[in-house]
Amino acid sequence: MLKLLPLIPLFPLISSILLMVTLGKMPKKFVAILGAGSVGLAAVTTLLVGLAFMESGQPYHQVLWTWMQVGNFSPDIAFYLDGLTLVMMSVITGVGFLIHLFSTEFMEDDVSVSRYFAYLNMFVFAMLILVMADNLLLLYLGWEGVGACSYLLVGFWYQNPENGAAARKAFVVTRIGDAAMAVGLFLLFTELGTLDIQPMAEAAKTQWQVGDTVPVIACLLLLGGAVGKSAQLPLHTWLPDAMAGPTPVSALIHAATMVTAGVYLIARTHELFLLAPPAMLAVALVGLITSLMAAFTALNQHDIKRILAYSTISQIGYMFLALGVGAWAAGIFHLVTHAFFKALLFLAAGAVIHCLHHEHNIFKMGGLRTRLPVVFWSFLIGSAALAALPFTSGFFSKDMILLQAYELPGAGPWLWAGGLLGALLTAIYSFRLVFVVFFGEAKMEPDKLPGIRMALPLSLLCVLSIIGGWFALPLSSVFPAAGDHHPSHLIEGISISIPLIGLAIAYLIFLGGQLKVDGLVNSNIGQVLKKFWFSGWAMDWLYDKLWVRPYKFLAYILRRECMDDIYNTIVKFCQFLFMVLSRTQTGRLRWYATSMVFGLILVIALLQGAI
Amino acid sequence: MDGVNIPLDHVLLLSALLFICGLLGLMMRRNIIFILVSLEVMLNSSAVAFVAAGARWGQADGQIVFMMILAVAAAEVAVGLGLVLQIQRRFKSLDMDDANRMQG
Amino acid sequence: MILVNLILILLVGGVIAWLAERQHPGLPRWIALIVILFDLAYLVAAADLSWTKINVVPNPSEAATWLIHYKAEWIPRFGISFELAMDGLSLLMVILTLVLGAISVSASWTDIKQRTGFFEANLLWTLAGVLGVFLALDLFLFFLFWEVMLVPMYLIIAIWGHEGRGYASMKFFIFTQVSGLLMLFAILALVVLNQHSTGEYTFSYFDLLGHGVTGDMAYLLMLGFFIAFLVKLPGFPVHTWLPDAHTQAPTAGSVILAGILLKTGAYGLIRFVVPLFPHEAMAFSPIALALGAVGIIYGAILAFGQDDFKRLVAYSSVSHMGFVLLGVFAWNALALQGAVMQMVAHGLSTAALFMIAGSLQERLHTRDMSKMGGLWQNMPRMGAMAMFFMLASVGLPGLGNFVAEFMVLVGLFKVAPWMATISALGLIVAAVYSLIMMQRAFQGKPKEGLQLPDYGVREMLTMAVMIIGLVWLGLYPQPVLDTAQPVLDSLTTLVGSGESSVVEASVVEMSTAEVADNLNSVQIVGVVK
Repeated sequence: MLKLLPLIPLFPLISSILLMVTLGKMPKKFVAILGAGSVGLAAVTTLLVGLAFMESGQPYHQVLWTWMQVGNFSPDIAFYLDGLTLVMMSVITGVGFLIHLFSTEFMEDDVSVSRYFAYLNMFVFAMLILVMADNLLLLYLGWEGVGACSYLLVGFWYQNPENGAAARKAFVVTRIGDAAMAVGLFLLFTELGTLDIQPMAEAAKTQWQVGDTVPVIACLLLLGGAVGKSAQLPLHTWLPDAMAGPTPVSALIHAATMVTAGVYLIARTHELFLLAPPAMLAVALVGLITSLMAAFTALNQHDIKRILAYSTISQIGYMFLALGVGAWAAGIFHLVTHAFFKALLFLAAGAVIHCLHHEHNIFKMGGLRTRLPVVFWSFLIGSAALAALPFTSGFFSKDMILLQAYELPGAGPWLWAGGLLGALLTAIYSFRLVFVVFFGEAKMEPDKLPGIRMALPLSLLCVLSIIGGWFALPLSSVFPAAGDHHPSHLIEGISISIPLIGLAIAYLIFLGGQLKVDGLVNSNIGQVLKKFWFSGWAMDWLYDKLWVRPYKFLAYILRRECMDDIYNTIVKFCQFLFMVLSRTQTGRLRWYATSMVFGLILVIALLQGAI
Repeated sequence: MDGVNIPLDHVLLLSALLFICGLLGLMMRRNIIFILVSLEVMLNSSAVAFVAAGARWGQADGQIVFMMILAVAAAEVAVGLGLVLQIQRRFKSLDMDDANRMQG
Repeated sequence: MILVNLILILLVGGVIAWLAERQHPGLPRWIALIVILFDLAYLVAAADLSWTKINVVPNPSEAATWLIHYKAEWIPRFGISFELAMDGLSLLMVILTLVLGAISVSASWTDIKQRTGFFEANLLWTLAGVLGVFLALDLFLFFLFWEVMLVPMYLIIAIWGHEGRGYASMKFFIFTQVSGLLMLFAILALVVLNQHSTGEYTFSYFDLLGHGVTGDMAYLLMLGFFIAFLVKLPGFPVHTWLPDAHTQAPTAGSVILAGILLKTGAYGLIRFVVPLFPHEAMAFSPIALALGAVGIIYGAILAFGQDDFKRLVAYSSVSHMGFVLLGVFAWNALALQGAVMQMVAHGLSTAALFMIAGSLQERLHTRDMSKMGGLWQNMPRMGAMAMFFMLASVGLPGLGNFVAEFMVLVGLFKVAPWMATISALGLIVAAVYSLIMMQRAFQGKPKEGLQLPDYGVREMLTMAVMIIGLVWLGLYPQPVLDTAQPVLDSLTTLVGSGESSVVEASVVEMSTAEVADNLNSVQIVGVVK
């Protein structure tokens, strides 16, 4: 059964190539079957392989062929299956299949649906390669592949130049991280002589001591790649804009799978990070700061997808926090539950947008509770899980992260407190969304209702969002065991109650109206803060001034090729000589004859004089 | 040797005079026919010098070169007259200062 | 004789294509295509290539160990002979030349309407010249072919080029001619100095590898070669002929220029500069690496600033060829393999982009991207092709360019970590200009009322060849690596031994004045003869 492993990425790849080669000539119905079916097949195969893996319990390594071999540089096209890979593959194919299914209805009116599925399948392929790769170079192939697919899908509706700009931003900003990661790979290969992940970890443990400089640099470079892909500070600005793509794309790529690739990368190379405590601390700090900043921003947005985008950034911040404090399993656990509930939220948001004439502004919605009941329940469950209300999936994972952060000696309690603040904010903004969109008076009537292909994925994801917390992930063999922790009941109690307080605040402000914050908001400082947070802490403005404009200016200055000026000067000099000498060219025979005579006389005289 | 014995110097002087005449003609005249005539004069002046030198040293080389100069002069006249016809046709004049298209 | 025939077939084919125009104006195209494909088939059939043969590590200074070797007397008095030889490196380059030659014929299928016969003839002659450059191992012969490939290329640009063809072709000619002159000086000086130490004139590469020239003089000679190849590569700051020439050349001309002619510069660096002057080249390498890195970034910034589609692609070539320079002067197995890989992969991807640029020009009669936009709507197939090759040129893993750039940078990182880090910025800026190109030409709001023919079977077939090539290079580059490996191995060991031999060799110091005297005497002898 384990031998079937390469089939899993192969199904979506074949489907994608078929869809590309037929160039949209395939009937739409067939496109949908092929697009969603291939991922479904991959999901089934993953299940089979997963069962076989559980039975054997041993990591499975399969080499397909040697990619390239020069001296000791010999990365293979090879897959490595362990618990972590299996978890990621299940999320990608499982959630991916549900989103594909949802897409078949969401995109059915679009003219280029076959292009859509071609890209989406290609994405699933690249993402699978990313998590299955046994060496960092193949991982990098998947890593760049998902980036390219993300670019293609964000700019899917290419007629609108804004979508193109968003797609470019997504690609270029993540590429900054990718370049850092590439340098990290150079460094790792130069130092350790291999890019295969398992031997590399072994080599690192024998070659480096905890606290050496080289692993810190290498890990920071890998972290650079991770923050780019996972939209963490300071490279997070692309994700809110990337919401320009179709909503199922946001659900799959920009919530459930691709943006968590950074988390996967760090978890996969955790043995390197364990050798570099400063890098770990950096991971934790990046995560915490990002999660707080994004939460503040999410509070102030009014585009339904942007709220969810900032919330994604914030939740991935939690995962980074988990990784940074060494709670590897908790981070991956949160990755999984987040994939469930955030995919659910995005798909539900997609359903709202689909049924409401492509309206994105939450203040133009309202009272949808009775009109779109399926969507309402999905959204409610998703938000509950996002806010980590007790006994939803998000509760278990977030609780694990916060408690393990508290255990960290030194900065632990501070990280814990920061995380709690984030949890409070999360609860407030997620229920703000629910209350504004689904309660209150109706401002718009939906023109259609979600069909079965939308409702089914939503319901399944609802179930997963609730029960996902009880899953036991097969991660114990991958990560070092977390120490036994017995936090006091007080800490536990605070962790549980914070989301409930957040829910209460949201209710009082946005639904009940008992808590008036208008005065606070309308004060001078309130307005300034509101604007500041609305613009995402003015990061876009800053980067525009810092990078984009200078680069454009430089290109504008150099555009005419200043190097040519050097050569043009030589040309000018020749032309000047030509001007001077051509004066002597009168075209008169007599003048020539005379000058010849005098020239001759001069030469003879000189010769005579010389002798 | 019978006949009048002309000193070499005299012949060379004649040759030089002829040459200067030709050169001046070349530099002064504007009419192409006169220019060609001046060229002829210059050619023949050098031919005279060759003949005289040949006679002086008692060798045939001088006469041989004279024959070659004759041939060159004939060729030159042929080409030159062709040019004259063309110039007359193009510029409707034989004044060489009108034909200054080579001016830079 | 096989190697001579390879070149002869193209030369004669050119004459036939020229004459065939009288029968029918469409005939030369078919003849050119058939001749090139026949040449390729002939190479495969006659050369008897097997892996066991290719895997033999050749001794660079011993002709018998090469794959194929041919030598005939030419001007024995000066030790000039007609000497051709092929090893793995030249084999790769020859195959690339012929494949891209066929592609360029296809690219110019409908583009060229006047004097088709003479056009195809020039095209074939250029290819013949390039093959000669890749195969010649007598420095005099090498220089001859170096000039031979230049003239028909000049004619292609000057006769069939676009609006600014006069300026562009002249610039191209002068740049390459002047740099060629420098190389000629270097070759002659090298031969004369070698004659001083060994007592006989020889232009043969194999003999000259053991020349005893050292010191400042060797450094100068190395510079002479280096500049000539740098111009062709093109490297910063002598790249300025390239944007003009590429932009103004007809499609086939751009394809050949970018795909093949630039590679002759890279080939020269690998084949001549470093092996002939290992010590000096290594001393020079910091500067060369810096030029490479600057070229990568500079080319990318300028590409971003262009409005002209073809100019943008041309500057992207400047940027990409910077990696070749880095790879050559990092001079270890990995980086060199990367450089060779980049030569092949860049040949394919840029050729495709130029073909797309040519198709756009043919359909829209403009290359100005501000007048394009939303063309995906009109021509989805062409758009998809442009997207693919754009991603290839950005260096998407799984395609040839990535393998090349990654290997160059990994190899370079061992030698010069900071230089590799700076060059890695090229990955970012490449994305910036490539994406903006896609946006401005193919995305955005479609123009109303445009009826444009999409790609047909011929174009798609040509593109498919290049796509398959790039994917193959990206996922299983091993055959290419294995072909080049023995050669590069032998060259890298050469540098090691070269450095030690510098110490042993009797030091022949010579002032520049003396060399100038020698040069004069050579020229005088030539005149007398």
